[in-house]
Amino acid sequence: MSVIIILIGISILVASAFLISFIWAMKDGQYDDTYSPSIRMLFEDEVKETKSEKRDKNKKQS
Amino acid sequence: MTEELIKTQEKTVCYHCGDPCDSDVIRFEEKDFCCHGCKTVFQILDENGLCNYYHLDESAGISLKSKDFGDKYSFLDNVQIVDQLLEFKNEKFQKVTLTIPSIHCSSCIWLLENLHKIQEEINSSRVNFAKKEISLIYNGDRISLRKIVELLSTLGYEPQITLKSKDQAAPNKSNTVIIKLGVAGFCFGNIMLLSFPEYFGIEASSDETFIFLFNWLNLLLVLPVIFYSGLDYITSAFKSIQQKYLNIDVPITLGIFALFVQSLYEIFTKTGAGYLDSLSGLIFFLLIGKWFQSKTYENLAFNRDYKSYFPLGIIKLVNDERIPIPIKEAQKGDQLLIRNKELIPVDCLLISENADIDYSFVTGEATLEKKKSGDTLYAGGKQIGGSIIVLVEEEVSQSKLVKLWNQDAFQQNESVSFHFVDNISRYFTPTILVIAAISSIYWMLAGSDLAVKVFASVLIVACPCALALASPFTYGSVLRVLGRSSMYLKNASVVEKIMPLQHIVFDKTGTLTNKENTGIRFSGELTEKEKAMVWSCLGNSTHILSVKIYDYLSQSHPELMKINEFEEKEGKGIQGKIGGHDVKIGSASFLNVDTSEQLHHIGTKVFVKINGQLKGYFTIDQQFRSELTAVISNLSKKYSLSLLSGDNDDQKKSWEELFPPKTELLFNQSPEDKLNYIRSLQNSGMSVMMVGDGLNDAGALKQANVGIAITDDIATFTPSSDGILAGSNFNRLPELLKFANDSKKVVIGAFGISFLYNLVGLSLAVTGNLEPVYAAILMPLSSITVVGFTTIAVNLMGRKI
Repeated sequence: MSVIIILIGISILVASAFLISFIWAMKDGQYDDTYSPSIRMLFEDEVKETKSEKRDKNKKQS
Repeated sequence: MTEELIKTQEKTVCYHCGDPCDSDVIRFEEKDFCCHGCKTVFQILDENGLCNYYHLDESAGISLKSKDFGDKYSFLDNVQIVDQLLEFKNEKFQKVTLTIPSIHCSSCIWLLENLHKIQEEINSSRVNFAKKEISLIYNGDRISLRKIVELLSTLGYEPQITLKSKDQAAPNKSNTVIIKLGVAGFCFGNIMLLSFPEYFGIEASSDETFIFLFNWLNLLLVLPVIFYSGLDYITSAFKSIQQKYLNIDVPITLGIFALFVQSLYEIFTKTGAGYLDSLSGLIFFLLIGKWFQSKTYENLAFNRDYKSYFPLGIIKLVNDERIPIPIKEAQKGDQLLIRNKELIPVDCLLISENADIDYSFVTGEATLEKKKSGDTLYAGGKQIGGSIIVLVEEEVSQSKLVKLWNQDAFQQNESVSFHFVDNISRYFTPTILVIAAISSIYWMLAGSDLAVKVFASVLIVACPCALALASPFTYGSVLRVLGRSSMYLKNASVVEKIMPLQHIVFDKTGTLTNKENTGIRFSGELTEKEKAMVWSCLGNSTHILSVKIYDYLSQSHPELMKINEFEEKEGKGIQGKIGGHDVKIGSASFLNVDTSEQLHHIGTKVFVKINGQLKGYFTIDQQFRSELTAVISNLSKKYSLSLLSGDNDDQKKSWEELFPPKTELLFNQSPEDKLNYIRSLQNSGMSVMMVGDGLNDAGALKQANVGIAITDDIATFTPSSDGILAGSNFNRLPELLKFANDSKKVVIGAFGISFLYNLVGLSLAVTGNLEPVYAAILMPLSSITVVGFTTIAVNLMGRKI
């Protein structure tokens, strides 16, 4: 039965780790802005198209 | 029919901002633009391969019509000002955070975070959408802040740089509530877990050491709950006792201590496990209520003072050299240069020959005041026309406008309290103490040893947890529902202040009338040539009406004609000779026009006479907000009304018709007059709401029991107030007020539920039957029912609006 004592010790440790990480995230401002990160992850880096290339492309299309 | 449809659909829309292009469509790379500003932005984006901007959100751009900043940002050349704005600075990098109200969609975020593709000196930029802020890191050696701000402005993202924004170190209050809530939740959960053996009555059969361990762990876990999470309640209770007043926190604290002391006693004497689960649960639920109520609108500022309105820097003239200086450093005797449309920040003397000052910012009256050299100019006016030079008379903090803010109305420290609940708790606490005392005396007389336990049980179970939750949750929900209708209240206690209102005071210009959409109509007939004559004549006048009509006529591109013998009669009209024709433009009395048939129609009229013959008149409409008549008649049923206006009373008749008879209509009111009017109403025992918009209403808004600012653009300036209402939703004001009023019924209903629970709990406690398990079930159950009832009831009511 004494194993319960160890288990309870571990459970409280794990729970405290989560509590501390929650406080850390709060103070770090992770919840300050919940909108822009959701958009930011969808932005793609584009291959830069210069103007002349673009015109060529337009010509080809027409 | 179909042809027509196609035509309207094909109506050219600006590729950048999505506004319809009325005239002068600019075609560029097979795309249409409404103005050169929009085209320029497109060009910049196109050259830098950032056209993705237009694919994320259609027509994402911000219209740039009539945006010209010239050397508006020259004050950013001053190192002192820039240093105050910077958050971080070393040789290589500088970090600055700017507020940009026009951030509105995903395209905005994308473009602003790709600024480094346009200006490679910018290292990185991060947008905070909720706060509408951008944080920039840039290389200060290679690019100045002014350049960056100008780039942002060219793109349509004009930052708001004011005195206020730099000394704003707003501590995030809602964050600490959430952390406290997290701690309480963590401890509550663990204590419940460790109390399980006790709930199931296992303790008798199992090992003594377990009980000992669990109880002591519980005790350890409850300490942060009481002394960190619950500290606010305890300090508030002590403060209120010091002031000899019982607020709602007093019975809560009494309950907390009763629970804690009883549990300590039971654990130390090994007679039981105590009520630690109920105790932590109680604080956890109370904090949820607090968090729910603390909902704030972060991007709205409710507490602006004069600093938000003034520019950061001004241009000082030293030996004809222009030196930008911070506004605070303007001292008596300095010479300042005020440019077109710039706000005069200090009281000063005019040195230049002439100036046209628009005081509408302060007085609400939309006329230009002509000033001559040597006249005093008061802070808050705007110069219209060319640049002027002025001599500083008083420092910023001493000017007449700023002094308004230093009046009493702005000095009051508002305590956020729920009077309704506090009133109940004034009776609640003594009643509970009396019940506890009587029942313990009864048990003592009966010779039982239960007396002490009963005393403690009564205090424990009667803790007004549910009572304390009723109003935060109700008013919190009301706040949310109102927010959906674009009415944003500062905090939950404003809802309660709305209930006893008896009198509503309206400002006129900008509140009841629409500031932007003034319409101009011409009644009568003018030939093209006559139009050109009128237009040429008006071009010489700077009167605000002349400017408006001039702009209106400019749309048809008349031909400029030479004018002789031009004369302007102040406040009356203008006359001149063009090619032998006599042109007279002005008020009815100036032109001797008989106005009896035109009746009292809303709107200002400007008459035109050519060669002594009346050609017709221009009507400049002050457009009412939609459904104004309905709003007024609706409100007048419940409230007494009055109207205050900074304008003159030439439209008094039409306003008298609009309002119910015997309504007080006051014109030519200065900001101080408005404030004093509110104060006199309050002194006669009335609870007053002020509805206004401008800086000229700021004093009155603050003085009134509830001050609501009307604004057509939520993100822009509103004076300090208790609430902000979008102009487009003005017509819904009566139903929104009614909704806020009705929420009182929900609070009373919740009190009823809480009362029933207390009845059950107290009867258990008085008879000495309160076991920890009952308390552990009863207390959270009552909290959850009250929270559920208020939230559902308010949202059901809110569905109607």
